[in-house]
Amino acid sequence: MEEKIYARPKGLQPNINGYCPGCLHPAVGKLVMSVLEEFDLLERSVMVDGIGCAASNRNYIDIDSINSPHGRPCAVASAVKRCSPESIVVTYQGDGDLASIGLAETMMAANRGDNISVFFINNANYGMTGGQMAPTTLMGMKTSTTPYGRNAKEHGYPMHMCEVLNTLTAPSYLARVTLIDVPHIRKAKEAVRQAIQHQLDGKGFTMVEFVSNCPTNWGLTPKESLNFIKDKMLPEFPLGEFRNR
Amino acid sequence: MPRIEINPTYCKGCLFCADVCPKDVIGVTDAVNEKGFQYAVALNPDNCIGCAMCATMCPDAAIEVYK
Amino acid sequence: MERVVMKGCEAIAEAAIRAGCRFFAGYPITPQNEVPEYFSRKMPQIGGVYLQGESETASAAMLYGAGATGVRAMTSSSSCGISLMSEAIAWMAGACLPVVICNVMRGGPGIGSIQPSQQDYFQATKASGNGGFRMLVLAPSTLQEAVDMVYEAFDLAQKYKNPVLVLADGFTGAMMEPVVLPPARSDAFLAAERKANEAWAATGRKGAEKRHRIGCGERPGAPHIPLEEKNMLDFQMYESWKTTEVDYETYLTEDAELIITAYGVTGRISRSAVDLLRRDGYKVGLIRPKKIHPFPEIAFEQLDYSRLRGILSCEMSIPPQYYYDVDAVVRRRTPIATCLRSGGQIISRNAIIEEAKKLYGAK
Repeated sequence: MEEKIYARPKGLQPNINGYCPGCLHPAVGKLVMSVLEEFDLLERSVMVDGIGCAASNRNYIDIDSINSPHGRPCAVASAVKRCSPESIVVTYQGDGDLASIGLAETMMAANRGDNISVFFINNANYGMTGGQMAPTTLMGMKTSTTPYGRNAKEHGYPMHMCEVLNTLTAPSYLARVTLIDVPHIRKAKEAVRQAIQHQLDGKGFTMVEFVSNCPTNWGLTPKESLNFIKDKMLPEFPLGEFRNR
Repeated sequence: MPRIEINPTYCKGCLFCADVCPKDVIGVTDAVNEKGFQYAVALNPDNCIGCAMCATMCPDAAIEVYK
Repeated sequence: MERVVMKGCEAIAEAAIRAGCRFFAGYPITPQNEVPEYFSRKMPQIGGVYLQGESETASAAMLYGAGATGVRAMTSSSSCGISLMSEAIAWMAGACLPVVICNVMRGGPGIGSIQPSQQDYFQATKASGNGGFRMLVLAPSTLQEAVDMVYEAFDLAQKYKNPVLVLADGFTGAMMEPVVLPPARSDAFLAAERKANEAWAATGRKGAEKRHRIGCGERPGAPHIPLEEKNMLDFQMYESWKTTEVDYETYLTEDAELIITAYGVTGRISRSAVDLLRRDGYKVGLIRPKKIHPFPEIAFEQLDYSRLRGILSCEMSIPPQYYYDVDAVVRRRTPIATCLRSGGQIISRNAIIEEAKKLYGAK
């Protein structure tokens, strides 16, 4: 008797997503939906997304969704969770959204220990608007607003959000993962499981940072972009669990 | 017989699946989907061992695996 | 009905709680601090949510999130704080969320002053954010009106699925006077409304055939349509308010040869100026909008311009703002003069009387 051993997650819509070929954004959406399905939480979950490529996620997933002003998903999600505590509230944010325009909202939701799960896609640039410099852009990296490469004197250094949030007392789970190969995807899925379990247990703020790619704006093929993550991004953004309590 | 089903509607031809497949099951043909992407196809389906690495890698959830 | 003496900001908060407000997010700014302070005391006692945002920007985003769950929700701020909220206010209008915002106006522009003013008229009625949306704007002139309007604002927000703005001023927020508090909405009423709002709220699908999407351009509980069509529907709603939501007070206008017009606390001061002018034999009347959007054009259309010597438009804003809406409807049919203060200075009854006498001319 034939058995389906790998299925498309039920939380996805039956259409092609709007992301570029090889982009790992939809891989994150897929992972989160598959975990929510495993926990049987699709009917209870709300995804709050921000602005930028992260906003395209809402056309890919098929659970309740709230699109929020640029940078504000953590503030919006905090209110949603407090008004509807039985809902599972997750945010889906890019690096510009979470670490630049929404830095205060991210830090303060984390510092309040709001019981939400944040999924943070770090691809070192603003993808939707044409690949401008992000807080996470690597040193020397050329973007459309650092045409001569990011340099410390003018632009400072890449921000490490897991490490920054790890200075706070309230967060209960912080991890950085990537999706460049099957073993890493399995670890990433476990991190998403942890984040959701922490929320179910009422432990407070959780964040999983995905070191991701942007083949289009990096000017690389999908395969090359995975190698770029491995060779350039991971030395700057070390993977691991920063907090699990 | 293990086998994979690639849904051409969801595929964007990144070929992460072909790169990860240990048995060279997957490739492309001249065919494109409605969005113009040259989608992945199981060219050598008999080689499939049902490891599901292709489906795991696929960012667009276009592959389902049967065993 | 309970009659109590309360401070303006606290009365506003209490009225909101009685109207069923169960979520408040805000950020400290003078002169509205007693609003969040009151909520922070009361919400834990009634099972509501009080959240101090990290900024006005975040507080308004929190209101957006609360509104998306279908709970009765409110924020308050003052002037430059409202400017920071304009991002989420535009979003709440764009996403058709039933929320209430209270602006206890202070001097401007920018940080301005902490004293009362009416310098946010254009912002309130014309452009509280980008994109050309409109809100119902309620402008209380007394504490009793502030209480009644805040109470009503929650019903209006639910009715139209649009943010409602209560435009108070630092004077109304800071003063104390007796007010009759409306009865508290019952838990059963609020539970029933929350249940009904589940038809569109984003709290998880709970078996619904289609998931719920909240966002700009979406219409909660209704199918997605192109943005232009959605904007046209909103425009129709704004236009409909001109017949359903116009609200104003006229006082001694029947035989008046001079009309004083003002809103909010200046309207209240103007009314007492009318009394004193009448005592001295001047035939003066008052038009005071209770809602400044939609603007009560009808009140000015019904005037007998052949009898009028002029209209005195009073407000605590230099340059004037309310004046231009009066001017637009009067269309040169009679002279319009102004009596203005600004930057936190309270308009005086004597100044209004003097300007009125000048415009009235030889009696």
